[in-house]
This record gives sequence, C-alpha cells and structure tokens, in this order.
Amino acid sequence: MTNWAKAAFFAGVATFMAAPIVVIAGVSLNAKKALSFPPRGIGLDWYQALVRDAEWSRALLSSVTIAALAAVVSVALAFPIAWFLWRHRAPWARLVMLLGVAPFVLPPVTTALSFLIFWTSAGLYGAPWTVVVSHGIYFVTLPLVTTMIGFAAIDPAIPEAAAMMGADDGTIMRTVTLPLVGPYIVSGFAFAFVLSLNEYIVAYMTVGFTVETLPIKIFNALRYGYTPIMASASIFFVLVAAVIFGLVARFGDLPKLLGAWARDS
Amino acid sequence: MRRNAGDARGAAVIPTRHYAAILVPAAALILLFAVPFANMVAISFFRPVPGGFYEPAFILDNYRRFLTSFFTHVLGFSFFLAALVAVCSVSIAFPFTYLLTRSARAVQVCWLVFFLAVLSLSEVIIGFAWGTLLSQTAGVTNLLVAVGLMDKAVSLTPSFGALLVALVYQALPYSVLILYPSLSRLDPFLAEAARTLGASPVRTFFGVTVPSQRRSIVATTVMVFVFSLGSYLLPQILGRPQHWTLSVLITDQSIMQANLPFAAAMAIFLVALALILVGLVTLLGRERAAAQ
Amino acid sequence: MSGLVISELNKSFGNFRALRDVSFEVQPGRFVCLLGPSGCGKTTLLRLIAGLDAPTSGRVVLDGVDLTEVPAHRRDFGMVFQSLALFPHLNVGQNIAYPMAIRGASKADQAREVERLLDLVRLPGVAGRAIGQLSGGQRQRVAIARALALTPKLFLLDEPMSALDAKLREALQIELKLLQERLGVTTVLVTHDQREAMTMADLVVVMSEGKIQQIAPPMEVYRNPSNAFVADFIGTTNLLKGEALGQGSVRVGDVVLAVNGTAAPGPITLSIRPESLHLSTEPGPNRVAGSVTFVRHLGASVEVTVDVAVGTLVALAPAREQFNVQTGQGLYVSIDPDSCVVLS
Repeated sequence: MTNWAKAAFFAGVATFMAAPIVVIAGVSLNAKKALSFPPRGIGLDWYQALVRDAEWSRALLSSVTIAALAAVVSVALAFPIAWFLWRHRAPWARLVMLLGVAPFVLPPVTTALSFLIFWTSAGLYGAPWTVVVSHGIYFVTLPLVTTMIGFAAIDPAIPEAAAMMGADDGTIMRTVTLPLVGPYIVSGFAFAFVLSLNEYIVAYMTVGFTVETLPIKIFNALRYGYTPIMASASIFFVLVAAVIFGLVARFGDLPKLLGAWARDS
Repeated sequence: MRRNAGDARGAAVIPTRHYAAILVPAAALILLFAVPFANMVAISFFRPVPGGFYEPAFILDNYRRFLTSFFTHVLGFSFFLAALVAVCSVSIAFPFTYLLTRSARAVQVCWLVFFLAVLSLSEVIIGFAWGTLLSQTAGVTNLLVAVGLMDKAVSLTPSFGALLVALVYQALPYSVLILYPSLSRLDPFLAEAARTLGASPVRTFFGVTVPSQRRSIVATTVMVFVFSLGSYLLPQILGRPQHWTLSVLITDQSIMQANLPFAAAMAIFLVALALILVGLVTLLGRERAAAQ
Repeated sequence: MSGLVISELNKSFGNFRALRDVSFEVQPGRFVCLLGPSGCGKTTLLRLIAGLDAPTSGRVVLDGVDLTEVPAHRRDFGMVFQSLALFPHLNVGQNIAYPMAIRGASKADQAREVERLLDLVRLPGVAGRAIGQLSGGQRQRVAIARALALTPKLFLLDEPMSALDAKLREALQIELKLLQERLGVTTVLVTHDQREAMTMADLVVVMSEGKIQQIAPPMEVYRNPSNAFVADFIGTTNLLKGEALGQGSVRVGDVVLAVNGTAAPGPITLSIRPESLHLSTEPGPNRVAGSVTFVRHLGASVEVTVDVAVGTLVALAPAREQFNVQTGQGLYVSIDPDSCVVLS
C-alpha cells in the first residue's frame, strides 16, 4: 500500500474515532448551560460542577469504588485459574477456564437478566454490593485472558531452575512467578476497572434503583434532563483511561501485554 | 526444544493444597454464573403472575409468545443488525490492524492507548455524541453545506444508518484489540515470499494475508456479532422503534412489564440461537479448512 | 558407598515406557555423559536424578543417602537447562546470587560469591548487566556460574550448548571440562552429540529407547562397542553381515578373516571403523575388490566410498597418502582384522 494511501486510511480512522470525543469535549467546555456544539465560550465550569454537584460526585464515587472492587474480584478469581492451568496439566481444568470465559462472551443483557433473577431469588436484590460481585464475575474473562497470556510467556524451565536452586513453591511464586506475570495482572485489572466504570446494563438490572452509577446517571440525564455535566464526566473517564493505559505503556511493554512479541525479539 | 511444564512428564501428582486454587474460583463461578443461568432457564418455563412475580410451573407459553410475527421480526432484525455490524467493523479493523502491526513500535503504542481510552466511553455517551454529530443544528451536514455539497442541513438521526455507524464505532476498538495478537505475530516473510513470486501488494493482501488469517477473522467476527447482539442503549437513542433490538425488549419486559418468565425465555432463546449460529460458523470453517 | 548410584530406575508415561531398568554408578568427582538420540530417555533420566520428576520405580542414592523421595528443591544440586532459564527480571548478579538470596545470605556475602563465580567462568565484571545484553556464550557462562553457587553436590547439565555455534561450543566444552576437574564436582551431562561426549566424559552412558546400551570410558566405547547401535552411533563405522566359522575365523563375502574375539559359529555383524580400512591397487589377503562411488576431500583426510560385493564400505585415509582416487576407479579395500569388532 502506498504511503499516502496508508496515511489517508489512518487519518480517516483517527477522525472517525476521535469525532465523538471532540464533540463531547466541546460540550463539556461550553461556558453556558446549553448542549450546543460547537461551544460558545470556553470554560471549565462543568468540570467543577461535576465535583461540586452532590448527586454527580456521588455517582462518580460510586462508579470508581464499584469498579475498583469489582476489578479486584475479577483478578482474584482469574489469577488462581490461570496459575493452576499453567502449573498442572489437567484437562478438566479447561472446563473451569471455559466457565470463566463464558460470562463475557454471552450477550450482556442475558448475563444482566440472570443476575437480576438470581439476586431477587436470594432476597438480596438491590443491595449495593451485589453489583460488585456481578461485575466481578462478568469481567473475570479479561484478567483471565491477560494472565494466561502472561503465564504462557514464561519459559517452563524457569520455575524448575528456581526449584533446583532451593526455592519451594511459595518462594517461586513470590520471587519468580509474580514478578514475571505481574504486568499482565495489572493490565487485566486495568481492563476490568475501565470497563466496569462504564458498564450500564448489568449495573442497571442489579442495583439500578438503589445506586446511581455514572453511566446510569448519564442515561437518566439524557432522557429526563440534559446537563453538560454528563459530558465532563465522560471526558474525565476518557482521560482517566488514557492515563492508566499510558502509565502501563510507559512502565511496561504494552504491545506485549496485548499479545505481540516482546520489544527486543 | 521447549518442554511444557504442564505436560505429562511434569508432576503427575497434584498437591492437595493446589486444588483450592482452581476449586474456589470454580465454585464462585458455578454459584454466581452457572446457577443463575440455569435458574433463568428454569424460570423461562414458569407462569408469570401479575404483580411482578411468577409461580413454578412448566409451560411453554413464554416461548410460544414469540412465534408471533412481531417477535420473529425483532429477532430477525437483531441478528441482521449484529451481523452487519460485525462484518463492517472487521472489514475496517482488519486492514487497519494489519497496517498498524507493520508500523513502528511507538506508533503502535500511541494507537493502542488511544483505542483503550475509547473503550472507556460508555454506550450512552457514544449515543449522545453521534446523536449530536448527526443532528441538524450541530452535525456534519452543516460541514457539507459549508463546503457546498448540500443545500440545507438535515438531521440524520434517528435512523438505521445512524444506529449502524454508532454500533460500528463501538465495536471497532474491540475488533482491533482482538485481531492484534495474531496479526502482530504474523510472519512477514509470508507476504515477502508472495511478492518475490510476482504478486502485487493488493493481490498479496487478499490472496495470501487474508486467507492465512482466516481463523482469526472468523473468531473476531463471531465475537463482535455476539457483542453487538447485546446493544441496548444505542437502538433507543439513535434508532426508531422499528430498530429496537431484542435486548431492548428483554429489558423492557423484565423491568417495565415485570414479566420475568417471558424476558427469561427471550434471553435464553437469544443465547441459544447465537450459540447455534456460532457453532455453525465454526463447523463450516473447520470443514473448509479440512477440504483444503 | 559414595558417589551417585542409580538403581533399577523405571519411568512410564501412561503406556509409554520411557526408562527401563536403568542402573549405573558414578564415582565422586567423575564426569558422566548420558548420550543417545532424541527420545532415548536421557533427559528423562536426568530429570529423575534432579528430582523434577518422580520415577515409577527404582532409587536414586547419593553418598549413601536415598534421595528418591526428596523433592528437587532440597537436593542441593546445580542444574543448567537447555534453554538456560535465566530469570529475565533479574540482572546477572541477581541471577547468580538467587540461591543465596532465598536462603537469606547478606548482601556482602552474595556480592563476594558472585564475583568469585564470575571469575571462575571467566566473565568478570558483568554482575550489573541485564540478561538481554549478553551474548549466547556469555549467557551460557552465567547459567553455569549460577548452577555452581553454593557448591552443589551434583552438577547436572541438559544439552547446555545446543544453542551455540560449533566453534564456541567446542571452546566451551574444553573450558567446562577443565572447570569440572578443578572443582571436582560430580557431573552428569546430557547430549546427543557424541563428539561432545568424547571430549568431556570420563564415562559415557549410551542409551537408546529407554535402555542403557553400554557404559564405558569414551575410547572403550569407540574401540569395543557392545552392539551395532553403539558402533554406529559413536563415530562412523562400517557394519557388515557375515558368518562366524568358529576359532576366531569370520567369513565376510568371499573373504575369511582372523579376528580378535571368539564367536560361536553363526551369523554375526562385523564393525570396522573407516580409518581401519586401507585402499590398495593390488589384490591380497584380507582384501575385497570394489569400485569407488564417491570421494570426499575433508581437508586433513579423504573419505572414499567403495561398492564391494558384500555392501558399501567407507574408508578414511589421511590426505597425505597421495591417492588420486577417482570415482569409478576399481581398487581393493584392505580390512585390518585387528581392528574389527565382532557384534552378535
């Protein structure tokens, strides 16, 4: 492909992908309380309002808390499965892996509905922590996949060499396995965190009436009362995601974490 | 020569304490995913009771209800839309990801961070943004008027096109990230070999590169298809009622109409059909590979 | 009883018997090579000695202590893996110091030991470098240094030089042998390269299909192979089928030879090394007629392939024997009966 054709194609994709972000950014910077684009007057009012408005800042805090806890749950479930599959050859363990991949592969509305019914049957419908558990299960696939990639990248002779030098299982885990798989755990956590922040339907169906996460609040705002705060909230999240993944890229090898070969190979 | 640490010559005996590592998460997944799912299957056969409850029974009415033309129409539309989104997004994502993996490492990192950040946009905001981009007052048609290609600015939303564009937009980052591993590991010598045999770059791409990545392309298309089947908000924001997908109906039935058995039946049906379709595509792919 | 004693080791993977009744002894301080083609079980055997796998039956005893039930991390052995298995997240010094670090040795002790070991493998001053910055040969030495930390009771190596080019490999073989002699550590090395075994081993254990074919010092294995497999695997040889006539006589084709080693009358195989065959233009006793089919000039020697009545013979002659041998030429191959080995 000629160089300028490739450049044009990339530019086209970049424009397509960036356009909505530009729109939202424009709305969020609008000085007046009008959802107009292009913005008339630039101001950071709506970012301040995001923090000052009690409802919005509560929604923000709820989302961040839920996302962090859910990501911990996902990683806590995914890591042992990935480790066991790497450490031992057990065909039946692959079934557990499939079970871990299934929630994310099914249509989200199905998973959301099954959680709704489950929590209702258990008499726990609406309890705020149910969305943490639901998200934790729903997103387990992401750290599972990244951690499995990470384990697969370790030379199988390495833990054996550590054993020959006197390291028992716990020491191997602490000094060799975790340092080598760590970056993949972190990227899995980051994925689960970011996706949970912006997840709508599972949150809506489990705690939609008791906890207002940010996506729920934005959708309600869209339907019942426009406010540019939803734009500033979205840009805030995009920036958070960019910073998180930028840090991962800065301190680690992002292409390798996403499945490419290592930098120097 | 690498030995697989987990292969048969490794520890045949699994220490008891290691079992906890797999059994605890397995129990959690069974209790919190498999059981709810099975529960939902059971409820799809229950009888709905006014007031938002249901009583245990075994009736097929819930399933019979969507043999009506209305629901089959919605089902057909949902599948058609998801398939179209999958094909469109993979058609863009594949050449893009291919070219990206041939680019410098720094360029790749920039684009990857960008796509990962876009993933953080929730469906609502995507809907709102595209709604604005395609609106009369602030949308792209104003640009076209300014350039002189159009007389008057019009609203392009709500419409099927608007919905399609937004769904493709949502699916594109996933498509790129799923295709990325296999394309970045693609052997560059394959294309070079074709070039030395006289094939032009375009022919090389379509005749050698694409077929060699067939499994990856099919897998990505299937995943995007299933993912798009679940779109719930965008059809409501950017589409007219005739564009509402099965997910919209399911949520409507479960929350608004409080008819959980019916909603469950639709959800199970959706999953079953999706799995059958996925299975068919996979089988067809294997047969073709075997035939070659 | 000191030294390494392997008794009746068996290892099966499902229905596949990888090792069958393997037994041998290694005196302390000796260098043993497990030699054989791929799949012969040599690596399996090494892993059983290391404790990375458990035998189906049999015992591994070192200096009178039965180690069969002892897990790998408590055996105090040093091992170099085929892929070297250097930890990518630690630098050279941290890799070498790893066995000490996990036992809680002080930083000063670790640094001192690292320096000593790096000097031992003739790689001074690289302790601070990253693994990725080293060449293949350097990585090899780091792996050896790491395995020798804390004076292991047994030094095990699994095809450690397979990733190196020929010249480097040969230089490192000599170095490793000298190092081992200096340290006096009992060593077991696995290889498929018989030249490597010949260079380094005090004792060669030739294996095939899970069984030991012969255990002997290198030259003994070369001169007196116990069977056709060993004869063919070590160096090159000519194998001829013939018949023992009793009283030290053997008939091969038309020729009757008086060979060493008595054999009862019956069919036998004769092993003759190429350097024991001489070419001549005239007939004579112990000579078979043939025609040349291929000539290879190897620099210091010439390898001539001759078709004879009983088969094909390959002869090796020093280049200075001015023999203008051409393909198609008819000549006589002289068999030296003293160098023939009778294999049953």
